[in-house]
Amino acid sequence: MKGVVFTSGIATVFLAASALLARQSAAPRFPAKDQKEDRKENSVYAELGKAPEKARAKRNPLEKDPEAPAAGRILFEQHCAECHGATAEGGKKGPNLRMEEVQNAQPGAIFWILTNGVVRKGMPVWSKLPEPQRWQLVSYLKSLRVATAKPADSNPSNPR
Amino acid sequence: MGRPHAPFFAFFFLGLFTFSSPPATHAQESPYFVAYDHYLEEPGNLEIEYFSTFGTQRGGNDFHAFWTEFEYGATAWWTTELYLDGQTTFGDSTIFTGVRWENRFRPLKHEHFVNPIFYIEYEHKSGADKILKEGEGHDVESDFLIPNAVARKEHINEIELKLILSSTFKGWNFTENTLAAKNLSNSPWEFGYALGASRPLALKASARRCTLCPQNFVAGAEMYGGLGDRHSFGLHETSQYLAPVLGWNLPSGWGLRISPGFGLNDNSHRFLLRWGVTREIAGFGSMVARLFGGRP
Repeated sequence: MKGVVFTSGIATVFLAASALLARQSAAPRFPAKDQKEDRKENSVYAELGKAPEKARAKRNPLEKDPEAPAAGRILFEQHCAECHGATAEGGKKGPNLRMEEVQNAQPGAIFWILTNGVVRKGMPVWSKLPEPQRWQLVSYLKSLRVATAKPADSNPSNPR
Repeated sequence: MGRPHAPFFAFFFLGLFTFSSPPATHAQESPYFVAYDHYLEEPGNLEIEYFSTFGTQRGGNDFHAFWTEFEYGATAWWTTELYLDGQTTFGDSTIFTGVRWENRFRPLKHEHFVNPIFYIEYEHKSGADKILKEGEGHDVESDFLIPNAVARKEHINEIELKLILSSTFKGWNFTENTLAAKNLSNSPWEFGYALGASRPLALKASARRCTLCPQNFVAGAEMYGGLGDRHSFGLHETSQYLAPVLGWNLPSGWGLRISPGFGLNDNSHRFLLRWGVTREIAGFGSMVARLFGGRP
């Protein structure tokens, strides 16, 4: 009986801690807004500029692989869409990746962000995906059009 | 009194989450059972895992130990896990053997050639615990000969610290874990280690959706064992294991792992067969927030 009470106590503490963390982290930090507002508040794009020169200069070895964007799209849906939205338009936790800051960034800089994450801002390290898969993701992201300004009600889950 | 259906509680939890249709995410899990690499759970995701270990026992009855893990990505640099452990000793009984609360922290912001992770775990377990989640101190096969009714009377409160050093190079992951554990009663510090190497069967992803594609499989091996204690450090009277590992990460969010393990000396169980099933739940944090009236 003592064991059951102890276990229930631990489980309750675990759930409560999860709830507390969730309340802090669940508020949408990257609501889909027009490009101007996105730029202003999403300093996370500045992370791309932090990529070292050597990393930025790296070329995508799969640049000419016609299958790379399609493979990258599947990988994106599996690993990234939860935070960045199903079509990279931005989600509750991750910024819009169709923005020109991303689209104009060097492939090497995007690869560097994927490899290193932005750990202090909630983006995990993705070096667990093998290097070719990270390049496939870069190919997919670069294949997206630069987002045009969206109407205010384009995302009903993020009302203004 | 034993609880012969204890393993089914784990399946109940897995089933509950599966059939209540929460959004699943494709897990990219390492295949290890004992060793840890430096990858933490994605923030806000919950992974529910059920693992089994079948072990042979010289001079006694074979056993089946099992545990359920609830692994939550609190932040991108902190993962917390709750374990519920149990075991069945054939010809004896099935019992609940304890709980563990584990935390892993990533101290460095960026990826390096060697990536450290700090690990701290609190264990509240009985002496009948047989999950062999790590090798430590002078743990040997004959410790498991004690009948459950006797062994479960011993209560152990233990703190376990690990330094995880892990690298990923050309698709290979290499990891080294050093362990120090202290029973909070008057016992010396005990030490252990785990080494692992693994690689996906393909490094490039397929351009079509598939379950059996080689990139969904990760194969490797791990080796682990005790290193004695503060008074007698070394391999003398310790158990040591070598185990090939295979993981299969399904696009549906399920993962399967299997590992036959082999004892490397006379103090080790001759054979361990481990297997596990995992399910990753995306956005668990948001679900809990909604439950408590927070913003989804």
